Amino acid sequence: MATDSSAYEEMIKGLWRDNPVFVQVLGMCPMLAVTNSAINAVVMGLATFFVLVGSSFLVSSFKQWIPKQVRISLYIIIIATFVTVVDYSLLALLPAIHKELGAFIPLIVANCMILGRQEAFASKHNVKYAVMDAVGMSGGFMIALFALGSVREILGVGAFFGIDLFGTNFESWVIMILPPGGFLTLGLLLLFFNWFTERRREFLLKVAESDRMAYVDGDK
Amino acid sequence: MDDLLWIFISTLLVNNFVLAYFLGLCPFLGVSGQLETSFRLGLATTFVLVITALCAWILNTYVLIYAPYLRLISFIVVIASTVQFIEMSIKKLSPSLFKSLGIFLPLITTNCAILGLAIFATNRGYGLVEGLTFALGAGAGFTLAMVLMAGIREETEINDVPALIRGTAFNLIIAGILSMAFMGFAGLFSST
Repeated sequence: MATDSSAYEEMIKGLWRDNPVFVQVLGMCPMLAVTNSAINAVVMGLATFFVLVGSSFLVSSFKQWIPKQVRISLYIIIIATFVTVVDYSLLALLPAIHKELGAFIPLIVANCMILGRQEAFASKHNVKYAVMDAVGMSGGFMIALFALGSVREILGVGAFFGIDLFGTNFESWVIMILPPGGFLTLGLLLLFFNWFTERRREFLLKVAESDRMAYVDGDK
Repeated sequence: MDDLLWIFISTLLVNNFVLAYFLGLCPFLGVSGQLETSFRLGLATTFVLVITALCAWILNTYVLIYAPYLRLISFIVVIASTVQFIEMSIKKLSPSLFKSLGIFLPLITTNCAILGLAIFATNRGYGLVEGLTFALGAGAGFTLAMVLMAGIREETEINDVPALIRGTAFNLIIAGILSMAFMGFAGLFSST
């Protein structure tokens, strides 16, 4: 996509290192409410992708004309416009999923991650960087949604994208597709993420240490 | 009357906004460190929810029948500006009330529970009185969840919890257990 490395860097950071859900803990409401199946999670992820990329593009193109005092309200109006577009398109294209997601499509407006990106990034950078950042952030959001949705669907229904996985002998964990399952799964995923980050940091420290030792040894 | 009581109890316990609909999670996870603050935030949120229900009803009845596609945008703009206006008048009229509620008001406006309430009330076709009851129930449910969460968190402060799990992961697991407890209320109404 991008040829120069810094724009690419802006995109990649959202996927893992600054992942909006696992690291910044933003956008929790849609995250937990719609992830009772993998397909809902993917549709929600795509909707958020469209809204975030669209509004980042507009905000960063218009940034010199947006007065500082009313910027937040303007961002919200821009975001709400895109969400209305998504809401009506989903109603026309995928009515069954739109019905299942229900009120949570309009609630994308209140996703603090989207407003946060406008305020923290799109309003200060040019169009190219803003769009790359939005792509990365919503990609990271989608990864998190997908992870949560898959775990909950596989354990809760014994299926993945509606395809039966375990046969008839599997006793499904109904709790996983109910609200408590959302909290518990996300809690455990965050725990895993923390553990992984911690292990990685220790590993890098160890590598640095052994490099230094090797250097000192070679010096003798 | 029965109907109104049913709406109130079911939003308070069975369909608790935080623990069953995942609305208003940001303050639930972020500000629930202290019992006192959580309770005041809960009260302020209830106040904003009632104002929201009123605004949503007025918009739905008089404006949005002509332009339904403007629903989302007009909800946000009208609710945010009304809350800001009320915040200014409280500051002028009663500084002590402003001190206890005021600092939270602008934050609450961007809380998803507020917009969620307006959208749910519209989707279910509630009238004015039903909408206000719904808002009161939602606010009371939010306050209840906040206070419970803050109480548990204050207790866990003095316990020996591994460093790795401290923070959001821990809070989410507590919330999961609380939510499981609230599922017990689901059998409260046999007719549902």
